[in-house]
Amino acid sequence: MDEKPILSAKDLELKFTLRGKVMTALRGISLDVYKGESLAIVGESGSGKSVFTKAFMGLTDANGAITGGELWYKDQDLLALKTEAQWRKIRGKEIAMVMQDPMTSLNPLKTVGWQIQEAVELHQGLKGRAAHAAAVEALRDVGIDDPERRFRQYPHEFSGGMRQRVVIATAIACKPQVLICDEPTTALDVTIQAQILGLIKDLQKKYKLTTIYITHDLGVVANVADRIAVMYAGDIVEIGKCEEVFYDPKHPYTWALLSSLPQLGVKGEPLYAIEGTPPNLFMEIRGDAFAPRNPKALNIDFVERPPFFEVSPTHKARTWLLDPRAPKVEAPERIRHLKEEGVSLRVQ
Amino acid sequence: MSSEANTIDRPLVEVDDLRVDFGSHRHPFHAVRGVSFHINKGETFGLVGESGSGKTTIGRAIIRVNPVAGGEVRYKGKRISGKLSAQEDKELTRKIQMIFQDPMASLNERAKVDYIVSEGLLNLGHSHTKEQREEKVAKALEDVGLLPEFASRFPHEFSGGQRQRIGIARALIMEPEFIIADEPISALDVSIRAQVLNLMSKLQKERGLTYLFIAHDLSVVRFISDRIGVIYKGQLMELAESEQLFANPLHPYTNALLSAIPMPDPVRERDKKLVVYDPSCHDYEKDKPQWTELEPGHFVLGNAREVDGYRKKLGL
Repeated sequence: MDEKPILSAKDLELKFTLRGKVMTALRGISLDVYKGESLAIVGESGSGKSVFTKAFMGLTDANGAITGGELWYKDQDLLALKTEAQWRKIRGKEIAMVMQDPMTSLNPLKTVGWQIQEAVELHQGLKGRAAHAAAVEALRDVGIDDPERRFRQYPHEFSGGMRQRVVIATAIACKPQVLICDEPTTALDVTIQAQILGLIKDLQKKYKLTTIYITHDLGVVANVADRIAVMYAGDIVEIGKCEEVFYDPKHPYTWALLSSLPQLGVKGEPLYAIEGTPPNLFMEIRGDAFAPRNPKALNIDFVERPPFFEVSPTHKARTWLLDPRAPKVEAPERIRHLKEEGVSLRVQ
Repeated sequence: MSSEANTIDRPLVEVDDLRVDFGSHRHPFHAVRGVSFHINKGETFGLVGESGSGKTTIGRAIIRVNPVAGGEVRYKGKRISGKLSAQEDKELTRKIQMIFQDPMASLNERAKVDYIVSEGLLNLGHSHTKEQREEKVAKALEDVGLLPEFASRFPHEFSGGQRQRIGIARALIMEPEFIIADEPISALDVSIRAQVLNLMSKLQKERGLTYLFIAHDLSVVRFISDRIGVIYKGQLMELAESEQLFANPLHPYTNALLSAIPMPDPVRERDKKLVVYDPSCHDYEKDKPQWTELEPGHFVLGNAREVDGYRKKLGL
């Protein structure tokens, strides 16, 4: 992992203009993604996680603009890409995306095979038979039985989980280097969710893909992610290896996210809930963006934005609590012993 | 008053051998078959299953949206499926309320919160004056932790969690006894889920509400439910108190659901074995499955051979 990153963002700032008002969606965010790894970006709705990954594909909405920082894919400066034609060389071909809702990301009027074949023809330059074969192969790859027959079926003939498999097939049919999965299982049942996550994991191994998961649920990524980045209000507040973030979280927001998982709750007691709402991104944010919702916030949290403090070479967090001068604040009781005791779903 | 006394030990809601059909009469599709359970007053009954299992259909049958094809639904001992007098109909409409899954889709985008919350009152023709009605709306909004000023706003001005609170306020204003919550938190962020779940528990304690909580995620249902029914393809597979169900899951489908709950624990999660339920593991050709009570309150669907196995597992 010490080689050059495959995807890299440096101090990226992205702003939207909405009815004359300016909203800062990304506030100087930096992230390196390395080849072959699987990274999860976790955060609430509105934290900017989708906006961030869409910027990698040049899919920022028309009223948004990158106003600062750098964005690289391998040696390609993504901010230098101006036309759609230039973007198309990257989008889909090098970086593919699986969207959240399989009900809306497929065209209901075309057979699923046609939709996969279209992607193959556009990005791989295959035609006719060869493209058809590649599309069938992609369907087989994602675990769809009898792909020849399913090729000719329409999206409504598939269940939710199967549809998401089709979306994944479309994405991997073009043999991309990076696969971005934007909430791939949020619209799905728990049982199907586990299967889809397993499938993405298998495909990642098979094709040596670099995968980026976007989710609001820390609970689902423990199994699939090598590294986790926790996002809040347009910036990463903590990033580290999966074990580091789960077993030794440092940022109060990560604590709060973990504590609110129903899997960790104790029956009969109220669940831990994060009070308040995420900050208004139309306003300028001073200090630590999470401070107003953090009952144990320090005074400095309201004044100055914390820098990244390194916990280990792979683990860093943006919180003043890691400053040597800070008072000692422990993580909440219910998440402190995750490593030793594990999670028990049994009801006491 | 004597009739009240009679109903005191009776469950609030009884579902007896319920069948709901869709499609034509000649080729009916049995969305729900032979489902029986009861819900006691003041408790939360969780109904868990995957999409298409019929859990929502059961909720809708209880609230009388979907007609019942067989069996019956009783509320306080009185049959409520089928024809009712206008008076009874009105009464039940008030007493049984529903909270929906997607707060983005379940609120009228073109109406103000004030109207959305009080629409039920208007529909039932209550003779409130404007002031009384506004007061009730303000009270309902406060009860769910929103500001009374919000009444003059439109739904799009609110976040997902706030919108779900509006959905709850809309149910509360009717002063219901029984609330059917159909996946009330699946569309919400994890951090907001906790807020809504806590609010529901608080309201239950304060008002003695009874909930039917429909969801696909056992880890959430475990929290809020006293008893849980597991449903698959329109049939109940297992029903038990939540403690019993988590301590001794018997039916293979329950085990599959349990194994699918994602754990926030990387090391154990990587070693985890995912159980996939295969309905063909049952041999129901000769030996038909029966809905059997194995220990008090713990029911499971299984044939004689399976039930023997389950008994051994429980050490009975």
